[in-house]
Amino acid sequence: MTAFLEYLGQSTRISFTKLGRASYFLLQILAGILSLLARPRLLLKQLYSVGVLSFLIITISGLFVGMVLSLQGYYTLSDFGAEESLGVMVAASLVRELGPVVSGLLFAGRAGSALTAEIGLMKATEQLSGMEMMAVDPIRRIITPRFVAGLISMPLLAALFSAVGVIGGQMVGCGLLGVDEGAFWSQMQSGIDFKDDIINGVIKSLVFGFVTSWIALFEGYDAIPTSEGVSRATTRTVVNSAFSILGLDFILTALMFGEH
Amino acid sequence: MDNHVTPPNSLVSVRNLSFSRGTTKIFDNISLDFERGKITAIMGPSGTGKTTLLKLIGGQLFPDQGTISVDGENVHQLRRAELYNLRKRLGMLFQSGALLTDMNVYDNVAFPLREHTHLPESMIRTLVLMKLQAVGLRGARNLMPNELSGGMARRIALARAIALDPMMILYDEPFTGQDPISMGILVHLIKSLNTTLGLTSIIVSHDVHDTSAIADYIYVLSGGKIVGQGTPQEIQQSESEWVQQFMTGAADGPVHFHYPAKDYVDDLLSSGKRY
Repeated sequence: MTAFLEYLGQSTRISFTKLGRASYFLLQILAGILSLLARPRLLLKQLYSVGVLSFLIITISGLFVGMVLSLQGYYTLSDFGAEESLGVMVAASLVRELGPVVSGLLFAGRAGSALTAEIGLMKATEQLSGMEMMAVDPIRRIITPRFVAGLISMPLLAALFSAVGVIGGQMVGCGLLGVDEGAFWSQMQSGIDFKDDIINGVIKSLVFGFVTSWIALFEGYDAIPTSEGVSRATTRTVVNSAFSILGLDFILTALMFGEH
Repeated sequence: MDNHVTPPNSLVSVRNLSFSRGTTKIFDNISLDFERGKITAIMGPSGTGKTTLLKLIGGQLFPDQGTISVDGENVHQLRRAELYNLRKRLGMLFQSGALLTDMNVYDNVAFPLREHTHLPESMIRTLVLMKLQAVGLRGARNLMPNELSGGMARRIALARAIALDPMMILYDEPFTGQDPISMGILVHLIKSLNTTLGLTSIIVSHDVHDTSAIADYIYVLSGGKIVGQGTPQEIQQSESEWVQQFMTGAADGPVHFHYPAKDYVDDLLSSGKRY
C-alpha cells in the first residue's frame, strides 16, 4: 500500500514538474515572437514544411470525409424526406466539428510527429547545444518559428479540410444520390451562420494548432537525447495531442454551442 | 578555503568546483587553471565528467559550488546577454561536430557570421572560404553534413568554431573514432591553429598518445578529483600508480578489471538462482 502511494506521489510530482517545464518553455517561445518579426524568412521556411507539406493529406482526407458524411447523412435524412437538408448537415458537421478535429488529428500525426523527431534529433546530435555555444538562442532560432508556423497553418488547413469536404459532399449528394443542387447550396447558405459556425470553427482550429505545436515542440526539446528517447517522444506527441484535441473539443463545443 | 593562487596568465580559472548529477558526485572540490596561448588537456577515463567540465566552462551547466571565471568574468554570475557575449568569444568543437543538418558546409560555417554580424554576403563569402581553406576543405563547401566523413565533419565544425575569431576553443574528444590520417590532420590543425591564431585551447580527451604530443599542460581526472597534473613529461614520469595505469593502458591496477561482484567461486556454486 505504501509502495502504491509512493508511486502515485512520485508520478504526480514528475507530471507536475514536466508541466512546469512545458509552461516555462511556452513562455520562452512567446518571448521570441517579436524578434521573429525581424526575420520573416525563418517563418516562411517553416510554413512550408509544417503547412504546405501537410496540404495533400488534408485535402485527400477532407474529400473522403465529406463524401462519407454525405452518403451517411443521405440515408438518414431520406427516411424523413429531408434530403434537401443534406447541404447544411454536411457543412455544419464539417465546419463545427470534423474540420478542426480531424485536421487537428492529422496535423498532429503528420506535422507534429515530424517536429518532435526533428527537434529531438537536433538535441541528440548536439545541434541545439552547439547553437547555444555559438551564442544563438535555439528557442528563438529553431523553436519559435516552428510554433508560429503551426499556429498559422492549422486554421488554414482546417478551412481547407472543410471546404474540400463540402465539395466532396456535394459530389456524392448531388452527383451520385440525386439531391437537388439548388436546395443543397441554398439550405447550406441559410443554415450556416458566419459567426456561430465558421468563426467558432476557426477558433477551435487555432486552439488545436497552439496545443499541438506546443506539445510537439516541447516533447522534442525535452526528449531524452537517444534514438529510443526520440522515438518515445514522437509517440507521446501523437497520443497527447490526440487526447488534448478531443478533450478540448468537448470543452469548446460546450462553451460555444451550449446556449442553443 | 581558496588555497590556489591564480597564475597571472590564466584565461580560465576553476576554483573549488563541485558538481553532481543526481547522487553521483562528478567533481569534488577541484581547481584548475588554463593558461593563455597554451593547449591544456584534460584527460581521464570515460564517464569522469570531462565533457561536463566544458559545459560548465561554457555556462551551459551550473556548478553546485565553486566558481569558474573566463577572461576575468565569473561565468555563472553573468546575465544572459553578457553570457552570450562571452560565448561569441569562445569556440566549441563537439564530439559529433554538431553541424546543422539542414544546411550545407558553406552555410554552416557562415551561420555564426550571419547570426552575429551584419557583414555583406560578399565579405561573408571571403571569410567562409578563408576558414574552410584553413581546415583544407574549401572544395567541400557544397556538400551536406550527411555526405561528410566523421573527420571532415569535425574539420568543418572547427572552421565554424573559428569563424568569429574566438580567443579560446574547447575541444570535446576531438580524436575519438578517427582513422590515423584524420587523426594526424586534426592533431596538426589544433596545434597550428593555436599558434597561428594565438588561441587558447582546452582539449578533453582520453587519447593519451596524440594529446600529450600537442598539450602544454595536462590534468588527469578520475572519480571527481585531479589525480595528476603537469607537463606531458612530468605526467609520463608520474609516480602515481593511477596515472601510470592510465598512460600505459594496463588492464588491471588501481582501476580494477572486474566490476565489483561477490566471490567468483561462491557465485558459480550457488546453483538454481539466476541472480
